[in-house]
Amino acid sequence: MRRSPLLWAAAIAVYAFLYIPLLVVVIFSFNDSKLNAEWVGFTFDWYRKLAANQEMRAAAINSLFIALVAAGLATVLGTMAGIAMHRYKSKLLPILALTPVAMPEILLGVSLLIFFISVLGEESLSLLTVIIAHTTFCIGFVAIIVRARLSGMDESIFEAARDLGATPWQTFRLVTLPLIMPGVVAGALMAFTLSIDDFVITFFTAGAGVPTLPLTIYTMIKVAVTPEVNALSTLFMLLTLTLIVLAGRLAPDALRGKG
Amino acid sequence: MTAPTETRTRAGRLTRLFVSGPPVIFLVVFFLVPALIMVVASFRFPGEFGALAPMFGAAPGVETGFTVENYGFFFGDSIYAQIFIKSFGVAGLTTLICLVMAYPVALLIARSPKRYRDMMVLLVILPFASNFLVRVYAWMIILGPLDLLFSRFAVIVGMVYVHLPFMILPLYTNLEKHDPALLDAAQDLGANAWQRFWRVTFPLSLPGIFSGSALVFIPVLGMFAIPEILGGKDDWLVGNLIKESFLGTRDWPFGSMLSLMLTIAVLAIAMMASWLAQRGVARA
Repeated sequence: MRRSPLLWAAAIAVYAFLYIPLLVVVIFSFNDSKLNAEWVGFTFDWYRKLAANQEMRAAAINSLFIALVAAGLATVLGTMAGIAMHRYKSKLLPILALTPVAMPEILLGVSLLIFFISVLGEESLSLLTVIIAHTTFCIGFVAIIVRARLSGMDESIFEAARDLGATPWQTFRLVTLPLIMPGVVAGALMAFTLSIDDFVITFFTAGAGVPTLPLTIYTMIKVAVTPEVNALSTLFMLLTLTLIVLAGRLAPDALRGKG
Repeated sequence: MTAPTETRTRAGRLTRLFVSGPPVIFLVVFFLVPALIMVVASFRFPGEFGALAPMFGAAPGVETGFTVENYGFFFGDSIYAQIFIKSFGVAGLTTLICLVMAYPVALLIARSPKRYRDMMVLLVILPFASNFLVRVYAWMIILGPLDLLFSRFAVIVGMVYVHLPFMILPLYTNLEKHDPALLDAAQDLGANAWQRFWRVTFPLSLPGIFSGSALVFIPVLGMFAIPEILGGKDDWLVGNLIKESFLGTRDWPFGSMLSLMLTIAVLAIAMMASWLAQRGVARA
């Protein structure tokens, strides 16, 4: 174990770099001042203002609804894709599922914008288009997690089920699905987190009528920075934190950058 | 003997179709087709009110058909090439800073006792739990009072902050696999600490460096929000140019051409990174 003091110092500095900005946001969310400049006193006012804000509530409901439906769709399609990639060694599916994950988000955003407007019409941008867009980029993440889960498994279990006369559906429902369930759930949580967090792709596919939480934060940052943003950010942090910890519990391997 | 096998393979084929069909169809319709439409759009004209000229039944006076005009604009004015080069510069600098910052963290985690490693990795991932915009906004609060906001410096800080974990994780995954015996051997042969790092650890970590670099470089190249929020007025990168073409000037064919150029750049980088990573593995 070679861990010199210099290495420790450098690593701690980087950890501080990762955490200090977020701490600043959290601290200022309790600051009794309109300016994010100096500490004046403790208050819950910004949270109270946030709770009373109707637009914010609408945005939160949109975000939750989109994330639930998109994560549901992506989990079903992504699990199928993961199984297909593992079992049939298909060449096409990995390209289709993983390219949207690897490309800069703006490319998927603008190509879907052109697609929706030119195929479905000028007024087509809506909740539905956002859900479709989110599902498209979440499938790849679910597929990676499910495939990773499957690749650690003994193939003979599935052969045994088949030899004992199970139909493909029975094999799937009684053997495969229970075994990959932790991966499926982790994938679903991952998809939910990615969807509720997404800004860029939503930005291009939502049109004017569908504010989501990230879109609202974006508008607030661009128009006028008030400590309300701090409060919203802090709550948002808590939400995604919970989801990530939950996903980590269910599938420890999924979060270790195995993509 | 033949009959059961045949039904089995037929059932197998049906199962395969049933399992692969839905995701393939969904992704072809909502990923591949939109991508192809974008390629076609880059060779067409904008419509009457911007966007894209319709294939059929366009209003009189609106040009339809195919053109290489958009590519002509791109290569005819050096401003676009300059923005691409600037974006490559920002992405390169961000990648380099990420690498320098990520290395000590990844190395420390890899050399820590096993029972602490997961916790230390989790500590790298947790800031990710906050929304991308929140992480950018945090730097507005910090850099604002220091008079450093709305500058190229602020853009680089934001880019590094948002992408740093993408460098740490692959690097750690690589460093974790190194055999400590190699360092002992180097030490026995008289190598000092610097030599052990530079001639043993670093070359072995090249595959991790290349995959981490691709994971940082590629998203930075297409980023528009960070320059917009933290950057100076009109200090645009490719992402801003693309966003403006689609939502500002609404010249979709031009925006599609730019997106295609960005795609080509990204593919070239991804191929280079995977080639370098494989070569690194082969040499190691």
